[in-house]
Amino acid sequence: MTSTMTPRENAGGETRPGPSRNAGQRQDRPTSSWRRRLSRFDTKVSPYAYVAPFFILFGLVGLFPLVYTLFVSLFKWNLLKGKGAFVGLGNYATVLTDHFFWNSLLNTASIFLLSAIPQLIAAVFIAAVLDQNIRAKTFWRMSVLLPYVVTPAAVALIFSNMFGEQYGLINTVLQHLGMDPIMWKHETLPSHIAIATMVNWRWTGYNALILLAAMQSVPRELHESAQIDGAGAFRRFISVTLPGIRPTMIFVIITATVGGLQIFVEPKMFDAATAGGAQRQFQTTVLYLWEMAFQRQNFGQASAIAWVLFFIIVGIGLINFLVSRSIGTAEAKVASRRKTRKAAIAAGQTPPPTPREIRQARKALKQGGRS
Amino acid sequence: MSAAVGTQASTTASGITDAPKPRRFKGKEKRPGFLTYGLLIVFLVCSVYPLYWSVIMSTRTNADFGLDWPPLLPGGQFWKNLTTVLDSVPFWKALGNSVLISTIITISVVFFSTLAGYAFAKLRFKGRNGLMVFVIATLAVPTQLGIIPLFMLMRTWGWTGHIGSVIVPMLVTAFGVFFMRQYLVDVIPDELIEAARVDGASMFKTFWHVGVPAARPAMAILSLFTFMTAWTDFLWPLLVLNNTNPTLQTALSQLQSAHYVDYSVVLTGAVISTIPLLVLFVLAGKQLIAGIMQGAVKG
Repeated sequence: MTSTMTPRENAGGETRPGPSRNAGQRQDRPTSSWRRRLSRFDTKVSPYAYVAPFFILFGLVGLFPLVYTLFVSLFKWNLLKGKGAFVGLGNYATVLTDHFFWNSLLNTASIFLLSAIPQLIAAVFIAAVLDQNIRAKTFWRMSVLLPYVVTPAAVALIFSNMFGEQYGLINTVLQHLGMDPIMWKHETLPSHIAIATMVNWRWTGYNALILLAAMQSVPRELHESAQIDGAGAFRRFISVTLPGIRPTMIFVIITATVGGLQIFVEPKMFDAATAGGAQRQFQTTVLYLWEMAFQRQNFGQASAIAWVLFFIIVGIGLINFLVSRSIGTAEAKVASRRKTRKAAIAAGQTPPPTPREIRQARKALKQGGRS
Repeated sequence: MSAAVGTQASTTASGITDAPKPRRFKGKEKRPGFLTYGLLIVFLVCSVYPLYWSVIMSTRTNADFGLDWPPLLPGGQFWKNLTTVLDSVPFWKALGNSVLISTIITISVVFFSTLAGYAFAKLRFKGRNGLMVFVIATLAVPTQLGIIPLFMLMRTWGWTGHIGSVIVPMLVTAFGVFFMRQYLVDVIPDELIEAARVDGASMFKTFWHVGVPAARPAMAILSLFTFMTAWTDFLWPLLVLNNTNPTLQTALSQLQSAHYVDYSVVLTGAVISTIPLLVLFVLAGKQLIAGIMQGAVKG
């Protein structure tokens, strides 16, 4: 995939003026030699010049702050007073024994699960409905994507009104249904559900479209042969569609995790007056980080929170990656075994035994031995 | 990894553009029944109703929140609510800031991503693979967690309160570089670049006249998503900007704090702040869908 540039470089090497004729050549055609040299310099340096802006800017505003956070976390450090005494891992010890930190972590996990799981199920369902020969495809796709263009801040405002405790739309409807109003902002689980609803509303359609694309790339022949084998629509969905879209589902889960663990706007604007509820019942970790840094002005401890969260996110990402890779290799093994079998059959040879045949043969052997 | 990319390239040959293969013979397959359309209408209502409800409430008084049933038709209070919004937050300034910030970030991200993506996809240089692995690794790194030193940096530079402090941290993204590289690796034949070079075009001229035209579809998608990301950003602008110079998103937060008992005014703010992206959605919705469905877009 990268071998094609070599010939030109060789060609350049051949025409390079040798040391013996160097002087004459240069006097004959000074501009040409200069131009060649410039061109060679251009070839060598340009790639670095093209990637440099990214690396320089990313290093300055992305990587450096992240590493410097580690440095800050080792000191007493105040927003206004600046750097104080070196405390080593003291900030980390404080954070890890801090009840509010664990509370924020639990809230984040709870909100994340309440959004990720229903969202994934709903997105698969919506994608399956869209993955039919429907009329006005673009219209229906746009209709599920619409919430995505409402910004999280606006979503938070809209839903925190809908989930209002006294005059909110949801409680009004609940009362009409003869149920008691729910204290969406004061109780822990209801507040998590409300915040998860904001996330779900905005992202489900988006993820449904990603999954729809994955479903459409499942080979048609698989569906057809399953149909010939007598599989109904539901059975085909379970055995053909779902395995086919698994890599994409893992992708969706990973992006949802990285985003979900850094949730901020929704809980921040769910209650304007507090940082995550009067009892911190819906204070997420980034919200706690924000409170620690910019309200309590404790930069040192806030940096320690940032690094702990960083490790959690990277750790979960790594686990996701390893799990998806091991699934991937297992699938590749099965696929390659099937391929060799098919090839052997096509060539008119006896195919290598399938695992099931091996198992049956072993069983037969065992039984034979016993009798 | 490169082996996998290689086989993929050889099978699909011309890249993302034709990745979702048309697998259906439209005439042959039967149209789905009423159940499907019923479900689609349910999805539509779920998507639209919260927005519709906000629009309705933004045209009514606060007292209407106490109505027995949520109203379905607009009232006549919209202009009054709008005036209150415009009086309590610098809305036009916020809108201008959001447009300016998102536009500059989009131009920068798309340009630098195309440049670097082109180099990674089509040029040979020492350390290329190592640097590319670095880019991929940073995709999974939550750089947003570096806000504390970034804030100190902006304060040292005296940039807090200016929109420059929002723009600079977002001038490049690892995702953009990765996205452009993945697109360009298949879409430009190496011979084309060689031909341009043999004809005496400089490296940059080759990039400009061969790379950029080929990259245009991917650049359009990347612009759309970069613009959206910049537009919706909340936490960082909240930290470095102030009430007199906000973005649209932080102005909403301001509005909420100022009118936390006046719901119709708050919803008016939410509605009018949604209009710009709604316009974008109507104009470029198809491209947005195509971009998402090409599967390479990270949320």
